[in-house]
Formats: sequence, C-alpha cells, structure tokens
Amino acid sequence: MSAVTSHGTLGVYDALDSATETIERLRAAGMKRITVFSPLPSHELEHALHAGESPVRMFTLVGGLTGAATGFAFPTWASLDWPLITGGKPIISGPAWVIIAFELTILFGALSTVAGLFINARLPQRRVMQVYDPSFSSDRFGILVMPPAGREAEVRDIMRDNGAAEIREQVQEVKVGDL
Amino acid sequence: MATVIRSETHPDVGAYGEVNKDVLKLLGKPGRSYYILLAIVLVILAIGASAWFVQIVLGIGMSGLINPVGWGAYITTFVFWVGIAHSGTLISAVLYLFRARWRQSIYRASEAMTVFAVMTAGLFPIIHLGRPWIFYYLLPYPNQRMIWPNFRSPLLWDVFAVSTYLTVSATFFLLGMIPDIAAARDGTTVPWRKKLYTVLSFGWRGTANEWRHFSKAYLYLAALATPLVLSVHSVVSWDFAMSIVPGWHTTIFAPYFVAGAIFSGLAMVITIIVPIRKIFNLEAYFTPRHFDAMAKMVLVTGMIVFYAYLTEFFMAWYSFETPERAIFWDRVTGDYWWASWIMLTCNGIIPMLLWSRKVRTNIPALFTITIFVNIGMWFERFVIIVTSLAHEYEPWQWRNYQPSWVEMAIVAGSFAWFAMWFLLFLRVLPAVSIAELKEVLPAPLRRRSRKGVAESHGKIGPAEDR
Repeated sequence: MSAVTSHGTLGVYDALDSATETIERLRAAGMKRITVFSPLPSHELEHALHAGESPVRMFTLVGGLTGAATGFAFPTWASLDWPLITGGKPIISGPAWVIIAFELTILFGALSTVAGLFINARLPQRRVMQVYDPSFSSDRFGILVMPPAGREAEVRDIMRDNGAAEIREQVQEVKVGDL
Repeated sequence: MATVIRSETHPDVGAYGEVNKDVLKLLGKPGRSYYILLAIVLVILAIGASAWFVQIVLGIGMSGLINPVGWGAYITTFVFWVGIAHSGTLISAVLYLFRARWRQSIYRASEAMTVFAVMTAGLFPIIHLGRPWIFYYLLPYPNQRMIWPNFRSPLLWDVFAVSTYLTVSATFFLLGMIPDIAAARDGTTVPWRKKLYTVLSFGWRGTANEWRHFSKAYLYLAALATPLVLSVHSVVSWDFAMSIVPGWHTTIFAPYFVAGAIFSGLAMVITIIVPIRKIFNLEAYFTPRHFDAMAKMVLVTGMIVFYAYLTEFFMAWYSFETPERAIFWDRVTGDYWWASWIMLTCNGIIPMLLWSRKVRTNIPALFTITIFVNIGMWFERFVIIVTSLAHEYEPWQWRNYQPSWVEMAIVAGSFAWFAMWFLLFLRVLPAVSIAELKEVLPAPLRRRSRKGVAESHGKIGPAEDR
C-alpha cells in the first residue's frame, strides 16, 4: 500500500484549553486552513476557529417547504385525476390535505437535513482520510496545519509553547479502510 | 497530580477515554446468558412466524375476528407498539431541545427502542389484512389505471404518519450514531466489525467542520422529530375518532393517545434499561437519578391518562347520549369488565405509588410498576377497540370477540421480534452515546477554567518533535 505523505504539521493535545490557545495563536500568525480534530462537539473550538453559521439550516427549510407544497399539490392532483366523491366531501378536501402536508414537511425536511450534513461536511469520506489518530475519537484533540514554506519551525514553536503533547511532521495519510 | 472533577449527572464516570472503554466493552464477547436469551427469543419468534404462515395459508378466519369486531388483538398490538415508540423520540428529541442533561446516557437505548417498536408496529396492519401480499395498495404509487388512494381516509393518513415516523426516527438514530460508530471503528480489531463501522461511520474524522454541521443537523432533526411524535399518535387516534362508533367518536382522543403513548413508552424504557444495567454493569451510566427523573415523567403522563379516562366517563354521562352512556357503562360492568379494571388499576392506581421518592429510586419496585403499566396500556387499547366494536350500533348484531391461538402466538412473536432486534443492537452498535456523554463530563483542561470548577487530569508531557 503506497502511503501518501503530507507536509503538514500535526499537534496532538490532551487538554481542550491548550488546543484553543494554539488555534488562536496560529490564526494570529496568519495560518490558513487549520483542521481541528476533537472527540466531541465543542463551542470553545468553534469559537476559536471563528466558524460561521452552518448552512445546513437552509437545507432543512427548503426541504420542509418542498414537503409542504408536495403534501398539498399531490393529493389535489391525484383527486382531480380521478374525481370520485367520498363521504360527501369536496374533491379537494383542504383540511385532510393538512395532515399529509404536515407529515411530508417533516419527512422531506429531515431527509434534506441529512443531505445538507453530508454535502457540507464532505461525507462520506471514502478514499483518502487525511492524517488522523484513533485517539481523536477517544480523548485527544488534534490540530493540523499546512505551514507555508519556511514557516514550519514557527508552527512547531507555537504548538510546543501551548502545551502540545506530541508534534508530528511529515504525517502519513491513511485510507479509511486501513485505520 | 491534579484532581479530577466528577460530572454532576454521572458522578462515577471518569475521563473521556474511560467512556470509550466502558461503552465499547459492551460490544465485546457476550456471556452465556445473552445467547440463552437470544435462543428463547428466536424460538418465540419462530412460533409467531409459523402462526402467521398458518393464517396466510388458511385465511384470516384463523384469527378470532368476527363481525362486528373487525379489529381485535392485531390492531390493539399495533397501537400498543406505536405508543411504545413514542418515548424514544421524546427522550432523544424533546429532552434534547429542553437541554435536559440527564438524557445523555439513556437516549441511545430509547431511540433504538423507538426504531424497533415502529418496525414491530408496522407489521400489524399488514398481518391484519386478509391478503397481506397486496399491502402496497395502501401506497400512492402510479398504477395502470391511475387510481389513487383516498386521501380523506384516516387509514391513509396513518400510512403517511407511520412510514414518516419510521424513516425519520431511523435516520435520527443512525445519524446521531455516526461519531460513536467512528469511535467504535477506531477501537476495534475484529475484521467484520471494522468493515461494518467503517461503512456506517461514513469516514467520520471528528474535524471541527464536521462537528459544526453535525450539531446543527442534529438540532434540526430534533426540532422536526418533536412535532412528528405528537402528530403520529394523534393520527393513530383519528383512525378511531374520525368514525361514528360510540366510545371512539370523541375529540379528546388525540391528546389522550399521545399522553398514553408517552406513558407506556417511558415505562418500557425503564423495563428495558433495568436488566441491561444489571447485565452489562452500567450502574455508573444509569444512575438512580435517571430512574427518578423518568419515573416522574411516568407519573405525570400517567395522571394525564387517568384524567382522560375519567373525562371520558364524565362526558359520556354529561352528553346524555344513550349509546355513549351504554358503552361506557358496559365497559366497566359488561362482558369485558375485567379488561377495563386491569386497565384502570394498572394505569390509574398503581402508578400513584410513584409519588414516593423512595419508590422512584427503588429499582426493583420501579421495574415491577412499569411491567404493570405495560400490561395496563395493552389492555387500554384492547378495551377501546373491542368493547366499542362488540357493541357497535344495533343490539341484534352485537357479538363478543375472543383472540384465537393464532393471534396470541403472533402477538407473543411480536415481542420476540422486538427483543431480537434489541439484543442484536446491544452487541453491534454502541448502546450509550459516547460523544454526548463527554459533553456532560468536565473537559480536560490544563489550568483552572474561568468557572473554576474543572481542573486538568492526565499528563501534559513536554512537547517533543518527531
């Protein structure tokens, strides 16, 4: 198996505050494309990264509205397609459609939320999984940066000064299946 | 060595790494009792499946269904399982939105319960059909003559509600598990598990970007699942309430059914978690505090249900409508008096014991009470369905119904079907949420945090270059 070697620098941290401080220092030093690994969602990390609002909400909204529209349009069309009066009710029975529309709002909204997550988070990752360590799903945090040429030492110093437990360079990329 | 500050909700759970170890231990080699239990469950399932086979071959006459009682044990069990499903979503979605921090350790198991309960419930409308192989007529699919189902029928609303519920709850369940499956993937060396978890974790790495979108997606799914829970059992109740059968035709049905569903579902969560906690030594994760909180919710919903029972009787009397009065009088004194009294005792009176804090934190007592609630809630649906139908309309057509052995075997088989999925789930997927539990544990910090509560633990060694 030919392993790809990345030129990035990976700092591994035991403590959350060390990780957030490192991120802030790296950002102050003008480093772009900082990848952070963590075993849990963390507001502190998000804050340090100055991450914007996730666009997943637009997917939910559009999916939900599509579901609502479908829930009204489809029974209307199907009832007009074969206009058979049942229970003495009008062919287009609005109140009954509300229930179909309600369920479809939720169904379409939920499915498009999932699509939103997968598209935005770039999942599923099938081919190359970048530098990763199994401890990132357990109890450690990781910070990966691709320093511009000639600034590797600076990045290393920032990581060390802010309490990195380990610093790895020339880290190998692994495939998902090889983990 | 700095001190480790313990979590308020889970005082006996240690650091992040310990959570992974404890939870993933559940996926290890099972003991003998597990296989014995699984074998018993499979035998009961085989009996149930054979009974269904008999019914398919020989016809619906093998059930005890008889005019005018066209809905019997099957629809009773359908409503029962849909009800059981409700508390899973309640715990995972509603308590998530309310930020109830005690839900973290129990929600995965109750979510699994929801998915498996809907999978069980969904079988019954099909089992109950005379010709189950054409069940797809229910779905609005384009067919040769372009005939569409009747969108004004509550039974079709039910198809939409229950299938949406199955899809959304399964999605919520599997999506919420992605980070934990990734943790399982990183922690296992068994080849088939590695493969399965690699596929199911979708290559999750836990990057800040993934978490950012994941948290939002989870929040919106919870927000969508909450109204869905309320709607599903309301729609199920309209299967009854939209008709003009005395005893069914009341506006109280939707809230009454939703409260009953949550009541029975929470009771079932307790019934299931008590043995799991014992068998897998999860005392640190399912603490008396959790049981206390769930028991309080059982008590509240139980009182709503009891209040609804009394309201029904009162309204029957107050309406001055003879058929309505006759039906309710018949329920408690007629041929099915025993079923009604089981229902009233198990759901109305026994849960009152939960007023005592001692009972709420006494796990064997709580377990016993919840079993009674499960029995009572099955009988509630039986009473609603059978007593009303047996005395439907004109007295000359009244007839009593008794479940046949085929029906009883299929109902027993449904419990086995549910138990089988649950037992397999416990061995294959992480039954306690790893990532969310960490959120209630104090974060590992190098120095005192601003709040001054948590201190660092673990080693912070000197950084070394490689």
